Amino acid sequence: MAFDLETASEPGKLRRVAIDPVSRVEGHGKVTLLLDEHNRVQQARLHIVEFRGFEKFIEGRPYWEVPVMVQRLCGICPVSHHLAASKAFDRVVGAMPITASAGKIRRLMHYGQVMQSNALHFFHLSSPDLLFGFDSEVNRRNIIGVAEKHPDIARKGVLLRKFGQEVIRATAGKRVHGTGSVPGGVNKHVSAADHALLKADLGKMRDFAQDAVTIAKQLHAQNPALYDHFGAFRSSMMSLVAPDGALELYDGDLRVRDASGATIVDHVPDQDYLNLIEEEVRPWTYMKFPYLKAIGPDTGWYRVGPLARVQNCDYIGTSLAERERREFVDWGRGEPIHATLAYHWARMIEVLHTIEVIGELLDDPDILAGERMAGDPARAQRHANGEREGIGVIEAPRGTLIHHYRVGDDDLVTMCNLIVSTTHNNQAMNEAVRSVARQYFDGRAITEGLLNHIEVAIRAYDPCLSCATHALGQMPLDVVLIGADGSAVDHVLRSHTGDWSRPQAGAPSTATR
Amino acid sequence: MNQMVTAGVAPLLVLGWGNPSRGDDALGPEFVARASALPPPPGAPAVEWLTDFQLQVEHALDLAGRSQVLFVDASVSCAAPFQVEVLRSASDHALTSHAMAPQAVMQVFERIHGSAPPPCTLLAISAREFELGSAISADAQGHLAQALAWFDGWWSACRGTEPALPSTDA
Repeated sequence: MAFDLETASEPGKLRRVAIDPVSRVEGHGKVTLLLDEHNRVQQARLHIVEFRGFEKFIEGRPYWEVPVMVQRLCGICPVSHHLAASKAFDRVVGAMPITASAGKIRRLMHYGQVMQSNALHFFHLSSPDLLFGFDSEVNRRNIIGVAEKHPDIARKGVLLRKFGQEVIRATAGKRVHGTGSVPGGVNKHVSAADHALLKADLGKMRDFAQDAVTIAKQLHAQNPALYDHFGAFRSSMMSLVAPDGALELYDGDLRVRDASGATIVDHVPDQDYLNLIEEEVRPWTYMKFPYLKAIGPDTGWYRVGPLARVQNCDYIGTSLAERERREFVDWGRGEPIHATLAYHWARMIEVLHTIEVIGELLDDPDILAGERMAGDPARAQRHANGEREGIGVIEAPRGTLIHHYRVGDDDLVTMCNLIVSTTHNNQAMNEAVRSVARQYFDGRAITEGLLNHIEVAIRAYDPCLSCATHALGQMPLDVVLIGADGSAVDHVLRSHTGDWSRPQAGAPSTATR
Repeated sequence: MNQMVTAGVAPLLVLGWGNPSRGDDALGPEFVARASALPPPPGAPAVEWLTDFQLQVEHALDLAGRSQVLFVDASVSCAAPFQVEVLRSASDHALTSHAMAPQAVMQVFERIHGSAPPPCTLLAISAREFELGSAISADAQGHLAQALAWFDGWWSACRGTEPALPSTDA
């Protein structure tokens, strides 16, 4: 399926602008804009690094190694992979359900993970150039004005993130590559010492989280023309929900609502995801495009992540976050909010919710004692071919994460299928880029400020570049302008400090942000 | 928990990062693993050894109370076998929130503490191979060994408050 602006009618007559954030190893995220002779955007494509090869890396390994192994997929949300894999293998070992203690300790781990990941964005709210790198001085002044009213944003963001990592350490054993969750349960309780440590800081963290929501709200209230329309487009939204329709991040059923907010499908069991979605391959990118099977690829694509979760649920089960959700929903005046920048507001509501849930779980004695493991080989879930099979679906910080495995009689993984949130959002991110391109690129010169708008749209989704390694020395941004005749008209490199240089012209840095 | 308290922290911090499942990207964590097993030079300050997948804002908290910090990472751009650079804080401009440069971590320290970070040095070890599931390449292993030899001198030189960096010639 070719979407509007995705495939131009006469690409040979177009010139191309490539925004190319160079990743470490296996390709790079890149934005390609094909412009016509009149500098109008005719084609827009976002290329994001896919974690190619990891599924094959998993196949052939003993299933009990996998929940630890998959954490190496991602340095930003390893716990989400750790838990999604554990949930899938619970079914392989016949642990349906896991014990109360195991469920609560895993949930605590997961909410700590979502909170600490979303807290990064709270930190970045103090950096207008990073999350809101607009070229308009008026817009910049508005954002800086809000930030100045909250001079401690950066510190609070860092401390929230640190607190989330302490939650992970207390439940997973280590703050990096923990081993706390295993097929069938968990291998440790929360210690009394860690419990006391976390309880001591909880109230302060809740206050920080409330501040985060207030700041995000103020940004929208101060400049609704910008925040409600920048990169906006209508789409369906998918997320897990609890059986009663509440916001649910660890375990639930799938719900999809259309662009008007009407429910398309509801309470689809996570084990039935293959009946709900399919993935389409397109020739110009390695990343697949998921869509709802019943609707098809043309209009069946959807968004995932905080914006979807906060609007898909019927309510949030914690009081402070529920109050904020209602305010968020009211902002849409009866319509779902489709604004790209509203992702940040929804994210901050989730920060508040996760802190509240962490507080509830810290008051639950089941995290300190109780049966940790369950399982009965006779109850293992089986595929039609007789192999043991499990699917684990979880709401990772950026959206729905699906792990699917089959295991042979020798306990080795025979099939692995992973769909990460960035893949679910693939079409949506393309739409965001196209929306921005329509609004800011048509008929205008290609400037750093204009390119920043596209970066801002992409950052709202914070796509996962999980497979990338982290070696020093690469340039985070490589911009190439190719003329209608195929030759490079311009080439700009931007360093991690934001400086620009034009290697083709041999010119030194020509601009800073 | 009071994350801002720095009393009792080791004077030196050695922080290596990278993905241990991706060939030479494991150089940072592997450096820390091997360096932490070395016998301390006589009179050398105590070291806290940290590894992570990537640098993030919270690592700014790990800088507090140090007299010296050594960042260690694989590098695709440095000259073999390794390069040493004294760092200055600087802003970061990343497309996603996934990773930070060490200079940006130093700047976060300034923002949240209102003061300059401790002296920070970057040890960049030359790397080339990043295949998923592969071990550190033979060339990079050689670079790592030479970097460890350099580190022994750096650690010794940290006796006192302002260590003079040893030569980076390997």
